[in-house]
Amino acid sequence: MKTVRLLAVGWWFQLKMISRSPFEGVGQIIYPLFFATVAFFVFRAGDSPRTLLYASLGAAVMGMWSATSTTAGAAMQRERWHGTLEALVATPPHFALVLLPITLAMSTVGIYSLAATLAYGHFLFGIDLMIEHPLAFCLAVVGTVLSFGSLGFLFAVMFVRFRAAWALGNLFEYPVWLIGGFLVPLALLPSWVGPIAWVLAPTWGMNAIREAALGGTPLPDLALCLVLGALYIALGILVLDRVLGAARKRAALSLT
Amino acid sequence: MAVVEAQDLHRTYRTSTGTLRRKWKNVEAVRGVSFEIAEGELFGLLGPNGAGKTTTIKMLITLLIPTSGTARVLGFDVVKDAREVRKRIGYVFGGERGVYERLSGYDNLRYFAELYGVPPKEIRPRIEYLLELVGLKGREQERAEGYSRGMKQRLHIARGLLHDPPVVFLDEPTIGLDPVGARELRATIASLAQAGKTILLTTHYMFEADALCDRIAVITRGQIVAHGTPADLKRGVAEGTVVEVEVFGVPEGTPDRVRELNGVLGVSIEEREQAQVLIVQTRADVELTHSILGTLDGANIGRISTREPTLEDAYVALVADEE
Repeated sequence: MKTVRLLAVGWWFQLKMISRSPFEGVGQIIYPLFFATVAFFVFRAGDSPRTLLYASLGAAVMGMWSATSTTAGAAMQRERWHGTLEALVATPPHFALVLLPITLAMSTVGIYSLAATLAYGHFLFGIDLMIEHPLAFCLAVVGTVLSFGSLGFLFAVMFVRFRAAWALGNLFEYPVWLIGGFLVPLALLPSWVGPIAWVLAPTWGMNAIREAALGGTPLPDLALCLVLGALYIALGILVLDRVLGAARKRAALSLT
Repeated sequence: MAVVEAQDLHRTYRTSTGTLRRKWKNVEAVRGVSFEIAEGELFGLLGPNGAGKTTTIKMLITLLIPTSGTARVLGFDVVKDAREVRKRIGYVFGGERGVYERLSGYDNLRYFAELYGVPPKEIRPRIEYLLELVGLKGREQERAEGYSRGMKQRLHIARGLLHDPPVVFLDEPTIGLDPVGARELRATIASLAQAGKTILLTTHYMFEADALCDRIAVITRGQIVAHGTPADLKRGVAEGTVVEVEVFGVPEGTPDRVRELNGVLGVSIEEREQAQVLIVQTRADVELTHSILGTLDGANIGRISTREPTLEDAYVALVADEE
């Protein structure tokens, strides 16, 4: 209970901080518009209205992923810039319980991106937003946010040694759009891409959201998405202990 | 039992120069520091910038692993039992950074109260009490980005005390504060000591250590060069005399020439607008004014005065000896 409370409070305050950043706010208004426009112009040639929803959902999840990948990788670096990393490390909880809410808050911002992209698509381009299984759709969105936050957590841990961690996060933005099948179906990509896509939670999150919206069986995809998210957290925790130990040895916690 | 024990602490940093042909160098920031702090004691670690004060404190609060040596806080090893140590200590550092600027002062404290495991029911009254203690009451709902440096520093103090820790580490808490703010902060630190907290304070202000500390250790170049009560340290210089000579452009090599004079205990130079002041500490039984003037090699000389040594002179002498 204490752990859940700590995660929830950490998530809430981090979300509060992100929502007050004018720079990040402007990006969150512009990007969804861009994504919705791309989806519409790429797929408008299709004759089925469901194709546009398919594309619109892909664009929406692209926005969700961008919101996470471009920020989460540099989550620890951001704390360094604020001068808060040492203060956080000096608190008693395992640092994973401090870091995970930060990356989860970053991925939560993606819900806004998803909603804005769908709304832009609907109001500007007339895309029909008929969702077949609304409850499953909501669950799929929450599950995808959780798995994105988990992957962001793993990125944050892996990239902590690199001062240009934000650039590494950006590096993963576009390949995941492609490999995760956000806009182009996986079947159209070379077969060797398949195994890479399977270990990426965003692939299954995307599938779950589309299955729920377009009519299908979203739960197996959602389950896989959550299992992969849990694996990312477990791997992140293992790496985090080593990373923090090394940082305390090398006096790298306060470096900016 | 000592609440804080440091035994032969060493800390070496590895630094590099160059890009393609990187040359690595080991810098010894702390070289064999040992001390103990008893329960309820306010212990000062005093030294100039770069002396190793912050490195020492960071080893004690578990943020840095010592290269060698051991340290314990309330019986817990700072390396092996880091989590147990963290539960029982508060850490306050000087400077403006280290707060979430976009959160209010209250939210900053609320977040860290959760991290320090303050029971939910106690969080609000505890924060209210601390806001009152550090003088931020009434400003707590404002975003921290609008706080002055002094207010941020007081927010740091409140944060360090959220879980009511028995041991508090204060790393140069008054640095950069205006005189009134610094005085208020010193009063807060004194009240913490009166409340029975064990405190380690690092500072490079002699008068601050003198006013607050039960015992002081002077650290320079990573080593403790003197320790004792403020009175002990004062006694070490009480029998000398200080000659101050105002000089408009001290000739090169003057401090070395003055140091060679028989009876000189320490030499330092202080910048004062257009002039410099050569401060020479001498034994009480010698009169060296003429000899000192003789070393100045025809430089323009202003006011000359002789006075009793202060604690600051003792500190300067100790630090200068090592440099």
